[in-house]
Amino acid sequence: MALQGTCRDSGEVAIIDFSGKITLGEGSATLRKMIRELVDGGRRKILLNLSDVDYIDSSGIGELVGAYTTVRNASGELKLVHLTKRVHDLIQITRLFTVFDVQPDEGAAVRSFK
Amino acid sequence: MDLAESIVMRVAEAAGYSEDEVHKLGMAVREGVVNAYNYGNAQDRQKKILLAVEFEAEHMVVHICDEGCGFELGEVPDPLAEENLLRTSGRGIFLMRAFTDDLAVHKRPGGGADLVMHKKLPHRHAGHGRP
Repeated sequence: MALQGTCRDSGEVAIIDFSGKITLGEGSATLRKMIRELVDGGRRKILLNLSDVDYIDSSGIGELVGAYTTVRNASGELKLVHLTKRVHDLIQITRLFTVFDVQPDEGAAVRSFK
Repeated sequence: MDLAESIVMRVAEAAGYSEDEVHKLGMAVREGVVNAYNYGNAQDRQKKILLAVEFEAEHMVVHICDEGCGFELGEVPDPLAEENLLRTSGRGIFLMRAFTDDLAVHKRPGGGADLVMHKKLPHRHAGHGRP
């Protein structure tokens, strides 16, 4: 399934609920576009809910890293929540747990933003 | 890349790999085909990418060939190195290595690279040749 994302707010935190695949092409582009729009709109606290993302390739991982950098360069924070096992394992083997702040649940994630 | 991935996954399923191993093989092939297109063939749609699957006594072997200039695996930067963690690309080869038992690159006689992945067959098929 092509990546779809819907945005909602929890206070100052913009939460994007993604579903589908984050892969080279349309999926990666969707993620990039949504992050860009939020940052350009002044949002600085962004949480990505990946509970319905069942597949991510290296391009998708690269896009997540790009999103992290984009938000960080705008002096913001980007966090992840609800990683599926496959996504979790990929983030682990690529050492990206040293980069991403992955939270156990949405409540904890929202509270963790500075 | 979706077609290549699904073909190999179907073959892997028929060979008796677990769901997790089938998924990993599919991902490895996907990464290989993407690399062949982006780097090997420099996104030239006129150039071909060849996918072949064969079985040895103990392994399923996947070949992904392009029509590029070839490359050395040892020259691919380590995506786990601290200075590379924030790169948005460069993890394809690493994932192929992580998801297969052996990865090698050979120069094709007519030019281009032959990326070869070996995956040990599930134990109930090992030593029996083709599944």
